[in-house]
Amino acid sequence: MSNLKFLLQKEFKQIFRNKSLLPLIFVMPIIQLLVMPLAADYEIKNINISIVDHDKSPYSRLLISKITSSGYFKLSDYGESFKAAYDQIEKDKSDLILEIPVDFEKNLVRENSETLFIAVNAINGTKANLGGAYLQQIIGEFNAEVLLQWISPTRYNPSPQIDVASSNWFNPTMNYRFFMVPGILVFLVTMVGAYMCSLNIVKEKEVGTIEQINVTPIKKHEFILGKLIPFWVIGIVVFSIGLFFVARLIYGIVPVGSILLLYGFLAIYLIALLGVGLLISTYSETQQQAMSVAFFVMMIFLLMSGLFTPIESMPTWAKTIAEFNPVTYFIEVMRMVILKGSGFMDVTKHFKIMAAFALFFNTWAILNYRKTS
Amino acid sequence: MDKIVIKTDNLTKRFGDFIAVDTITFDVKEGEIFGFLGANGAGKTTAMRMLCGLSIPSSGEASIGGFDVYREREKIKKNIGYMSQKFSLYEDLTVAENIRFFGGIYGLDSQNLKIKSQEMIQSLGLESQKNKLVASLPLGWKQKLAFSVSIIHEPKIVFLDEPTGGVDPVTRRQFWDLIYTASERGITIFVTTHYMDEAEYCNRISMMVDGKIKAMDSPANLKSQFSAESMDEVFFELARGAQRKAD
Amino acid sequence: MRQFFTFVSKEFRHVFRDRKTMLMLFGLPIAQILLFGFALTNEIKDSKIAILDLAKDPASRAIIEKIASSDQFEIASSLQSQAGIEETFKKGSSNLVLVFPVNFNEDLLGQNSVQIQVIADASDPNEANTLTNYINFIVASYQREELVTEAIPLQIITEIRMLYNPELKGATNFVPGVMALVLMLVCTLMTSVSIVREKENGTMEILLVSPMNPFLVIVSKAIPYFILSLVNLTVILLLSIFLLDMPFNGSYFLFYFESSLLIIAALSLGLLISTSTNSQQAAMLISLMGMLVPTMLLTGFMFPLENMPVPLQLISDIIPSRWYYIIAKSIMIKGLGFAAIWKETLILFSMTVFFLTISFKKFNIRLQ
Repeated sequence: MSNLKFLLQKEFKQIFRNKSLLPLIFVMPIIQLLVMPLAADYEIKNINISIVDHDKSPYSRLLISKITSSGYFKLSDYGESFKAAYDQIEKDKSDLILEIPVDFEKNLVRENSETLFIAVNAINGTKANLGGAYLQQIIGEFNAEVLLQWISPTRYNPSPQIDVASSNWFNPTMNYRFFMVPGILVFLVTMVGAYMCSLNIVKEKEVGTIEQINVTPIKKHEFILGKLIPFWVIGIVVFSIGLFFVARLIYGIVPVGSILLLYGFLAIYLIALLGVGLLISTYSETQQQAMSVAFFVMMIFLLMSGLFTPIESMPTWAKTIAEFNPVTYFIEVMRMVILKGSGFMDVTKHFKIMAAFALFFNTWAILNYRKTS
Repeated sequence: MDKIVIKTDNLTKRFGDFIAVDTITFDVKEGEIFGFLGANGAGKTTAMRMLCGLSIPSSGEASIGGFDVYREREKIKKNIGYMSQKFSLYEDLTVAENIRFFGGIYGLDSQNLKIKSQEMIQSLGLESQKNKLVASLPLGWKQKLAFSVSIIHEPKIVFLDEPTGGVDPVTRRQFWDLIYTASERGITIFVTTHYMDEAEYCNRISMMVDGKIKAMDSPANLKSQFSAESMDEVFFELARGAQRKAD
Repeated sequence: MRQFFTFVSKEFRHVFRDRKTMLMLFGLPIAQILLFGFALTNEIKDSKIAILDLAKDPASRAIIEKIASSDQFEIASSLQSQAGIEETFKKGSSNLVLVFPVNFNEDLLGQNSVQIQVIADASDPNEANTLTNYINFIVASYQREELVTEAIPLQIITEIRMLYNPELKGATNFVPGVMALVLMLVCTLMTSVSIVREKENGTMEILLVSPMNPFLVIVSKAIPYFILSLVNLTVILLLSIFLLDMPFNGSYFLFYFESSLLIIAALSLGLLISTSTNSQQAAMLISLMGMLVPTMLLTGFMFPLENMPVPLQLISDIIPSRWYYIIAKSIMIKGLGFAAIWKETLILFSMTVFFLTISFKKFNIRLQ
């Protein structure tokens, strides 16, 4: 055990002496946590709409004012030429065209039916879908109003109505950042932990000091623990700064559930994660290799973690990949405990799986780490 | 009769088809300075790595300080010191921190460690550099420090792998003074080198060519055996027939 | 010139010899394209919901059936009481709970009006919103089909046309983005690391004292990565056309020309990083942590730029990949010509010239 003490002293001294690395460990994640959630906003608003109005009747004007006052749409262009509106789409100045035909009002009243044309720039499918749906919803409301104007309520006998009363739990203000910040924090802790750990060990290989260590009576597990513990501590510190300073003070996110539970999970998660870092280092000879491999792994972890896109929507094979991704579980636990106040009983499965990951990666790494050739 | 501390018998290391070390057999006596010579690629480093427990032999026997290289590698490690051509101190730790780290690793208690480290810094004349990063020391000083650190735990044997590469003859001479002092204390020195003037400083040397030991004796005997003026000539005589190219 | 080719071929050998670097260079873009093409989508599919049906009558069953048969929902469980709602959310086993009141059908037909309760787990507000909208839509269509007896007068019909991407595939949006991301990252990272490595090993000095012009030394380090990037781009392009069925409507020549502009900008950025640091570790971290996240977020393919706070929008303006993304979309998907993208091209071109000038200047200072 005293060997471990000396190893830890050495590691901490080296880490804190490296002036170019320290800001990367502590400052960069904080800045990213401040900036990323501001950028990661899927909410669809400010949809630019071009309206081609061939009618210019009171009805068409009423519809247009309804659209522009809805809060979703910004009128970027109003005219009589579809060609001009299409140009706007090509230039990305506009996302959507609404074309109101000639004699819209007249035909609606006389023929009891009239068609409006909508064209959407669908390169971004999600945005197009939602934009189209919002516009149709507004047109529907407009339709209902017109109906009421023309048909007196007494004469018009409405059909049975089902009213859908919706309520939103756990995040009543619908703040998207509450959802993103915990996930992004997980990702940043992951990046710092895995990179630093794998690069650090490979550096000893590259410089040759690992040979010197290998001829000393230091045991394999002591050396590995001496490498893991510092980064485990750093991971916890980075996480705490993110949770208490950035998430709480800047974004006002106060965990509903137990903080102890979060730290308990973090502790196991970091062991699993550092196991991945260690594993990468045992397969790499140079820092460049370690970085390449770590980057590849991190990228897959990031994309398949459900951080940006829901896992439920993935095809089965991709869901399977996500199930073998430790990041997935920590992001889930963070969101559940922080936003919903889930307790230990709710995340027992996550704990078990993470413990298995920790065991698996570390065993593999230790088996693969050799003092002798 | 002197006690034998390194004993090998037909020690061999193969990498696939390539036989890096081919059935070498020799003994080294306690307190001896044993030079291990050979051209680049002759197999010196591989042989030494097997003796230190860094590499497992393919066949043959070897024991270091009475411990077997197959089964008792961890015991061997407690009884040896090692300094490699690749620089083996931490450049981003200070002189004192390096001493403390390696001393601690070899199990010196803190009282002992303090005294040792004081002594070492004094005898190397590094008092003013004590708290400087090793990276800022000149190469010659680094090598002397690395050697002192490698014998901080008073091992039975110390292995030096080309310890004086890249420094001037005066500094090299100073380095050898340290080696003699250690040898007088009873530490066995096993050193690889390709400086022939250094070979002269050894009690006994062995010459490796293509993985085999081609000659082994004291420098004086070798010179007379090959009727040569200097060790350089002995070396050329032996190395001329080498098949392997230096890397 | 012969010396120059010797240098270039040396760099190529460095790259090809290191299999793990190759993995990053070619494996990553391919993996990304496959994931973005087949696995990642913002669409909500098969979202798990729970149902608390206190009515258990024909109307509630009909609506539940409609929900079960939709693509968006998967009915994960049926609850017995209000108390189960919180539990199912906390366990994360459903995202939305639908509550049918007692006597649902009777009230619907008798009193002509009845309420369904929809409770969403709004930890993910977007998903909550979207799911609630879908439920609304399904209930409304049930109403229209089952309950409306007479034809509604004065009906406005909407006809919607999805331009460029009628099937609303996510890949159409992501592929140009991944191209921008890969070119930016790979070029910057690889150049900076490969130059800093030569500095670390001391071989840079040897190259600089050779009779070759120092600028040619740098250019020869950049050329392999330039060529590899073009190969990479071609691989992505082929994958997206043949595997993801993406259209390519514009001019290939124009596309490669614009891509080369971005590559040169990224290479000079890499050179810039390499002149300001001496360790590989620092170069990697600056290129990765400093470039990956901003490029991914502020290029516009993952999150709409127009939603971001103004300062971030301003930052995005100085990120070359943001302009390349617009250009790539215009050429590949919209099939537009140079006339439509000359402004973006000009911006990208100025950036390239800017980075190139600064990095050469800084490199020059280092030489003296």
